[in-house]
Amino acid sequence: MNIAVCVKPVPDPGHYNRITINPETKLLDRKGIPVIINPVDKNAIEAALQLKEQFGGKVVLVSMAPPDAGEILKEALAMGVDEAYLLSDRAFAGSDTLATAKILAAGLKKIGQLDLILTGSESADSGTNHVPSQLGELLGLPHLNHITELSLELPVLKMKAKIENGYVEYEGSLPMVLGVAREINTPRYTTLMGVVMAQKKPFTIWGLNDLGLDPAGTGLSGSPTQPGDLLFPRHGRKAEILEGEPEAVAGKIVAILRGAGVLP
Amino acid sequence: MLKFSEQQEMMRKVVRDFVEKEIAPIARQIDEEDTCPVELFQKMAPLGINGVFVPAKYGGAGLGYTEMALVVEEIGRHAAGLALGLVAHYMGVYAIMTWGSEEQKQKYLPIICSGGFSGLSVTEPGGGSDFTGQKSTGQLVDGEWVLNGRKCFITNSHCMSVNVVTVRTGEDAKGRPQISAFIIEGDAPGHTPGRKEKKAGLRGSYTGEIILNNVRLAPDNLLGKPGEGAKISLGTLGEMGRAGTAAAALGILRGCLEESVKYARERIIYGKPLSNLVNIQLIIAQNRTDYEAARLLTYNAAGLKDAGKPCTSEVSMAKFFATEASVNAAKRTMDLMGAYGVITDYPVSRFLRDAVTTIPACGTSHIMQVIIAGAELRK
Repeated sequence: MNIAVCVKPVPDPGHYNRITINPETKLLDRKGIPVIINPVDKNAIEAALQLKEQFGGKVVLVSMAPPDAGEILKEALAMGVDEAYLLSDRAFAGSDTLATAKILAAGLKKIGQLDLILTGSESADSGTNHVPSQLGELLGLPHLNHITELSLELPVLKMKAKIENGYVEYEGSLPMVLGVAREINTPRYTTLMGVVMAQKKPFTIWGLNDLGLDPAGTGLSGSPTQPGDLLFPRHGRKAEILEGEPEAVAGKIVAILRGAGVLP
Repeated sequence: MLKFSEQQEMMRKVVRDFVEKEIAPIARQIDEEDTCPVELFQKMAPLGINGVFVPAKYGGAGLGYTEMALVVEEIGRHAAGLALGLVAHYMGVYAIMTWGSEEQKQKYLPIICSGGFSGLSVTEPGGGSDFTGQKSTGQLVDGEWVLNGRKCFITNSHCMSVNVVTVRTGEDAKGRPQISAFIIEGDAPGHTPGRKEKKAGLRGSYTGEIILNNVRLAPDNLLGKPGEGAKISLGTLGEMGRAGTAAAALGILRGCLEESVKYARERIIYGKPLSNLVNIQLIIAQNRTDYEAARLLTYNAAGLKDAGKPCTSEVSMAKFFATEASVNAAKRTMDLMGAYGVITDYPVSRFLRDAVTTIPACGTSHIMQVIIAGAELRK
């Protein structure tokens, strides 16, 4: 059984206070911010590894990211993934979810026969939840998101997906594209032996030409989502000192709270 | 310039992830309860931590002493007591790996790389550095070694699966005590833990007595040759135990640095962060410099060991400097935090107790200076 897991390097939440937004491109300026594997993508890796342990085959990793994301992808290799494909090209910079999904789909097609494609349900930085569905549509495969349980009783794939008010149970057949939720499992710890082995595992980088993509369909130019204006909320504080007898001050406080709509 | 490889950096990240999720949340609890989290030690084993420098064919991760120091520093950052328990374990592992026969390696290393505790039992009530003064004995009776005696201040005393023990087995041609080393399985009849010590610091590990009461051992439990106990135990302490203790103290130093920076940034005084005050910046600068110096000394010594070069003096310098510096850094950080420094909700008072307790571990600062000076004077 061959499984691909799509992962996204995202800024380390521990450094969110250092992230700025470029006022012209309206993109995140991540320069100097350490990146980590999108946390829920690790759940997708874990789900893939568990299926591989049950049914054999291999798990490959696919990621669209800048060239320096290689180190992060090696962390996934250290978890037990067999090989990694980094889709990286200057032309990919600024891709929105649709352009990203097109690039990932091209990479997945080039890899060849895959029985299952897993992603995290959403990314920690943009959180759109778009990519699993977009990938499914682009690849012509059935797709589901927010999967909290997954089991394969060949040839039936049993899934449980969370919705606002509960969950829905599905049955399907391979191949499929699934976005997994955090609740599906607890990702395993990486071992030191895994780190050593990761250095020797196949690691391939494919650019625009390798994937046979049209530059007009990738990056900023291939992205229908264009940010509008940037508005920053004001966080200023205003203090008012109330003076007088306690009862009179209490009355003023109630009036202020009513005025602010806090009290009816 | 000290630069770790990409693989070593990834390892640090992997170990840090485990430490922050599994060890840091219970570091205060294991200190307060004065207990050794045995189950956590077993959880560390599948990650390759317990046999980090042991070849893969014996169940280890197949790495080196730099990686050993990285692991111990990361654990020592949050729980120096547990880090010292690991260092004591590494001493037993190191002794068997370095001086054991192929059969002994195959028999014992997989046990202690997969969750069993090991350790080194040398010190006796009469003293630790008075090596030849040890009174425990080993006598060859009917083809078996019979060991008797009492060891004290033994880390992992109450949870050991495989113990490396030194005893007096006779005298050499010049009438000097002949000390030999033996491998004893923890549940061997007559091998029992005695009193458990209550320590001021490093309370994430058991330290106590080992009682040897007519422990009968087959000849193949002898580690090395008869009379090699000094070489084995002093070599283990000198190059493994002290390097590990230096790394644990390095972890404490990093804890002091990180806690001092965090507190100085968050504490608002006179309407401004404490970090704006120059005298507070001086403390942070001292903590940073001490951490950097200890880091360079420790990883230099570990690098020499990895390169197969003599490093006893360098390890002693690292241990001497890192342990003493960690005491000073913990005291300074407590000063920086004022009354909050002594409140146990914050870890810094624990850092001080842990730092002070690293000094006698594997040889005091005085002994380290004797070793360093001796090496210098012999040049």
